[in-house]
Amino acid sequence: MNGLVPPFDFHRVVIEPWTTGFPLTIWIVLMGSLVGIACGLVGNYLLLRRMALVGDAISHSILPGLVVAFLIFRTVNTPVMFAGALLAGLLTVAIIEFIQRQTRVKVDAAICIAFTSLFALGVTLVSAAEAAGPVHIDAECVLFGEIALIPFDPPVVLGGLELGPPPVLRMAAVTLVLVLGILLFYKELLLTSFDPGLARAMGMKTTVWHYGLMTALSLVVVSAFESVGAILAVAMLIVPAMFAAQLSTHLPTRMVLTALHAVASAATGYHLSVWLECSAAAAMVVCGSVLFALAWGITALTRKTGWIDAPTPENSVRQSVAAPPGSGADQ
Amino acid sequence: MTDAEIPLEVHDLSVAYHKKPVLYGIDVAVPAGKLVGIIGPNGAGKSTFIKAVMGLLPLAGGWVKIFGKPYRENCRRVGYVPQRESVDWDFPVNVMDVVLMGRYGRLRLGQRPGAKDREIARECLEKVHMLPYAKRQIGNLSGGQQQRVFLARALAQESDLYLMDEPFAGVDAATEAAIIALLQDLKNRGKTVLVVHHDLSSARDYFDMLMLLNMRLVKFGPTAEVFTPENLQTTYGGRLTILSEVVQSLGSQEK
Repeated sequence: MNGLVPPFDFHRVVIEPWTTGFPLTIWIVLMGSLVGIACGLVGNYLLLRRMALVGDAISHSILPGLVVAFLIFRTVNTPVMFAGALLAGLLTVAIIEFIQRQTRVKVDAAICIAFTSLFALGVTLVSAAEAAGPVHIDAECVLFGEIALIPFDPPVVLGGLELGPPPVLRMAAVTLVLVLGILLFYKELLLTSFDPGLARAMGMKTTVWHYGLMTALSLVVVSAFESVGAILAVAMLIVPAMFAAQLSTHLPTRMVLTALHAVASAATGYHLSVWLECSAAAAMVVCGSVLFALAWGITALTRKTGWIDAPTPENSVRQSVAAPPGSGADQ
Repeated sequence: MTDAEIPLEVHDLSVAYHKKPVLYGIDVAVPAGKLVGIIGPNGAGKSTFIKAVMGLLPLAGGWVKIFGKPYRENCRRVGYVPQRESVDWDFPVNVMDVVLMGRYGRLRLGQRPGAKDREIARECLEKVHMLPYAKRQIGNLSGGQQQRVFLARALAQESDLYLMDEPFAGVDAATEAAIIALLQDLKNRGKTVLVVHHDLSSARDYFDMLMLLNMRLVKFGPTAEVFTPENLQTTYGGRLTILSEVVQSLGSQEK
C-alpha cells in the first residue's frame, strides 16, 4: 500500500495549493468547476429526457470529426478542430434520429450503433493517416486530456491585462451562454422535456428545441474535452445531475445543487490529486461520485427514518367532492 | 352555421403508422356546446384521432379545421388533456408548475408566466379542488389527483374546444364525479369537449353525442340515436361479452 498511497501531509495537500501553489490551483479548480457546471446543467436535461447516453456518444464521435478536419485543412489550430468536433457531434445526433425514425431500432441501440461506428471510423482514419505521415492526434489524448497542464497555456492578454489560459476563458464563455440560454428559454425547455405532445399541440417546435439542446451539448463537450478529456466531460454530464436529483424534486433547486456539486468535486478532486499525485481530472470524477454516493446514502437513510416527506401515493382524495350516486342499477 | 362557428370539422381524415392504416375516411363536423364521447374498442384509433386533429401525427389524407381555420392558426382555441401515463410523474416540478404550462401557449418565446397567469392557474386548481396541493411534487399525488392537475392545466389554456384522452382512466369515484361536474360546467359555458372514453356503460349518461369509431367512423350523432345495440355491435364486432351487459340494460331501460 505504501507504494501506492503517499503519506498524507496536511501542509502539502491542503495549505500549499492555496498559498505558493495558488497560480496553478486557481486555473485548474476553475476549469474543473466550469466543466462541471456546464456539463451538469445540460446533464439535468439529458436525465429528464432519458438521453443520458447521448453525451457519451458525442464525446466518442469527436475523434473522427477532428481527424476529418485535420485531413481537409492540414492544421491542428483550435477553430478548425473545434468546428470539426462540433459538426461530428451534431452528425451523431442526426444519425441517431435517422436510425430511430427509419427502423424499429430502440434509442439505446441506435445510440450505440452511431457512436461505436463513428469512433471506429475515427480510429481507422487516424491510423491510416499515421501510415501516410505524422499526425498530431491520437485517441489517447482525446479520451484523457490533462487538466493539470492548463495553467501552462500561454494566457490571453487583452490591453496589457493577463486574462487567463484560453481553454478556461472558452469554457467560461460557453458556460455563460448556457446559463443565459436556460434562463431565457426555461419555459420552452421545461415543456418540451415534460410533455412534448402538449408542447407541439401549442405550436412549439420540439425538433428545434431538441437540436438546440444537442448543439449546446456538443459545444460543452467539445470545449471541455480538449483540456480535461472526454472521460471527465462525460462523467460530469451525469454525476452532478444525479447528485442533485437525490436531494431535490424542484428543477431550479437541482440546477443550483448541480453547480455546487461541480465546484465541490473540482476542489476536493484537486486536493486528492495533489495528495496521490494522480490525474486531476480523474480525481475530480472520483470525488464527484463519492459526493453522489453520500447524497444517495443520506436520502435513503432519512427516508427510512421518516425525516423527509416520502412519496405517499395514496393521499386522501375525498375532499369537498360529493361521492357520486350509486351506479345506475336503481331502477 | 358558418364555418367559423364549427369547433371541429374533419374531412376524409386518414392516418397510417408504418404504412399500416389506423384511421380512414373520417368525416365529422362537431357542433358547438356539446359533450362528445369517442367510443370504440382497443386499437380503434380513438387517441390517434385526437392526436391527428392537433397535427401531432402526419395525416395520410384529408383535412382538419378548427373554427374554420387550419389547426396551426387556431391552436390557442384548443385545450388538450393527454393520457396520464404519457408523462413522467417523477419529473421535478410541482402542481402549480404543471398548471402554469397551460398558459405557455399564450406567451411569447422566452416570456415567463406573469402574475395574471398565476392567478388563472390558481383559479383552475380551485375548480378541481387541488389548490391546497399547489406546492406538492407531482409524484406525490394519487392517480385521481394527477388527472385533476392535468384537467386544471387544460382549463388554464382557456380554450373553446377541449380534446381529452381517457381522463376517466384509473381515477377514483370522487375524481370521476369532479370531472363530470367540470365537463358540464364547460358545456354550460358554450365550450365543446371531445372525450376519448373506454367505459361503454357510463358513456350514455355522460355524453350528449357519441362518435363510434373503429378505424372508420361507424356513427356520429346524438347519444339517444346512436347508442343502439346494432351500432355497438358494428363498432365492437363480435365481442359480445362486453356488449351483452349493456344491451341488456338498454332493453330494461326502454320499458
